[in-house]
Amino acid sequence: MNWVSEHISDILAYTGAHLLLSLLPVVIGLVISIPLGWVANRWRVARAILVPAAGLLYTIPSLVLLVVLPAILSTQILDPLNVIVALTLYTVALLVRVVADSLAAVPPPVIAAANAMGYRPFRRFVGVELPLAVPVLIAGLRVATVSNISLVSVAGLIGVKQLGYLFPDGYSLENYPEIITGLVLIILLALLFDGAWLLAGRRLTPWTRAGSTVEVAK
Amino acid sequence: MIEFRDVTKQYPDGTIAVDKLNMTVDAGAITVFVGPSGCGKTTSLRMVNRMIEATSGTILIDGKDIRDSEPALLRRGIGYVIQQAGLFPHRTVLDNVATVPLLSGWDKRKARARAAELLETVGLPAEFAKRYPVQLSGGQQQRVGVARALAADPPILLMDEPFSAVDPVVREDLQNELLRLQGELDKTIIFVTHDIDEAVRIGEKVAVFRKGGVLAQYGTPAEVLRDPADEFVASFVGRDRGYRGLSFLEADGVAVGQITTATVGQPYGDTKSEWVLALDEHGRPCGWVAPESKVDGVLRTDGLVSGGSLYTAGTPLRGALDSALSSPTSKGVVVDTEGKYVGVISARQVLDLIENHPRLVSGS
Repeated sequence: MNWVSEHISDILAYTGAHLLLSLLPVVIGLVISIPLGWVANRWRVARAILVPAAGLLYTIPSLVLLVVLPAILSTQILDPLNVIVALTLYTVALLVRVVADSLAAVPPPVIAAANAMGYRPFRRFVGVELPLAVPVLIAGLRVATVSNISLVSVAGLIGVKQLGYLFPDGYSLENYPEIITGLVLIILLALLFDGAWLLAGRRLTPWTRAGSTVEVAK
Repeated sequence: MIEFRDVTKQYPDGTIAVDKLNMTVDAGAITVFVGPSGCGKTTSLRMVNRMIEATSGTILIDGKDIRDSEPALLRRGIGYVIQQAGLFPHRTVLDNVATVPLLSGWDKRKARARAAELLETVGLPAEFAKRYPVQLSGGQQQRVGVARALAADPPILLMDEPFSAVDPVVREDLQNELLRLQGELDKTIIFVTHDIDEAVRIGEKVAVFRKGGVLAQYGTPAEVLRDPADEFVASFVGRDRGYRGLSFLEADGVAVGQITTATVGQPYGDTKSEWVLALDEHGRPCGWVAPESKVDGVLRTDGLVSGGSLYTAGTPLRGALDSALSSPTSKGVVVDTEGKYVGVISARQVLDLIENHPRLVSGS
């Protein structure tokens, strides 16, 4: 464990980079997925195109994407932008379907009631549909976040500095404490942020835990 | 006042949901649209607030064409109670009720104060304000639905089978509550139901629709029951429409007989050979003492034979007949509006009254 104490500043810097590279794409991906998911839920044809396309996107191997993106974006191979774009694509691939499904799960009588009360479409979406989609959305965000925290380590193979970089580096030096440090920290981050989403979801959806304390009264 | 002028709704596949509807819905009254499923009653209702757009024809509210108003603004001025309440599950009861005032730009505090006031109006305790809809029973949710529809004090209320999903006892409570509210509020209400009993119970006017969106008959409940326009209406209002029609025959000057009564808590005296009506200290009937019963000292409520329904003098004859038929003694007990004993009436007397009733005899 001497290695850890000697490299503590590197480890902290890698952890910060790891978080930025994996979480920023979740945020950007969510912002992109909400309108796409809305479109997919709104029109049957759009869904028939968008959802399979998103699934297809997810099948592209991450290493390939990281190597190809610099040519498309005309960036340097080590530019963190490549990683952010790649992971944003994966997040969108995961979330488009989730957003579409979560919106489809909003009970039709509730939407009809919102219309009848005099909601205009945008306000209805923000005020009624999106809040009711939150429980399903949070489940999707948890998967996307954990998946990104794990997936970003692949960028270590091409030399992007974050916790994943400890694996090829430790492997080439046969430095096992380095590899274990990377592994443990990645798992801890994944658990931490999974828990954070869980708590955020609970805070945002008090009604789902209100429980039915129906009284005998009329 | 809501006017339908030649209103037709035809779907792209050719189905006609509403066929040249012409009718005027009276202001300040409850008008019930009733009919079997697929008769266009709900479609007609939803065309009023443009949830469904008419294919042709015109709907006027107080003389103004509804197409001249933007749908969202039109709807904020028309209360709407949907089937199974359709409350927003993510908002508290109070915020559900405050929905339309908030949409209309009231400030939050004023909207919530108004919402709290309405919870009281519909008979819900103040502590329900902070609950979520899932924590309420079906009947309570429906009351919140009514409160939400009334929040911005719209002159018109559209009610789309609002009480169809609750059990009969709760439904009757909600119906009574609606009638009580309407007594205070005088809204123009269109109420859709497939239940003819509900229609004649709460409607001041009833519009019977038949399949294909045709208005088969439009009139007061008494007219529809007494004088159905055709075979369809006759079969729709049912075989016991004659009995139900009694709901609309007011019995003025019912001759009541007198029987022996005894007051609970007072000495009963000697055993009597006939049925004796027991009254509480306020003179309200509380049961019967069977003939030849021995009562030692004062009369107590335990051991009394429970009575049938009570008939309040001056109300429709249906209640009078029911009180006679449900009584253990074949005498229906007649009470005044405060529930105090007035006298008794037999089924025979009620039937005589019905036979000699001018509205039935004239057969209009």
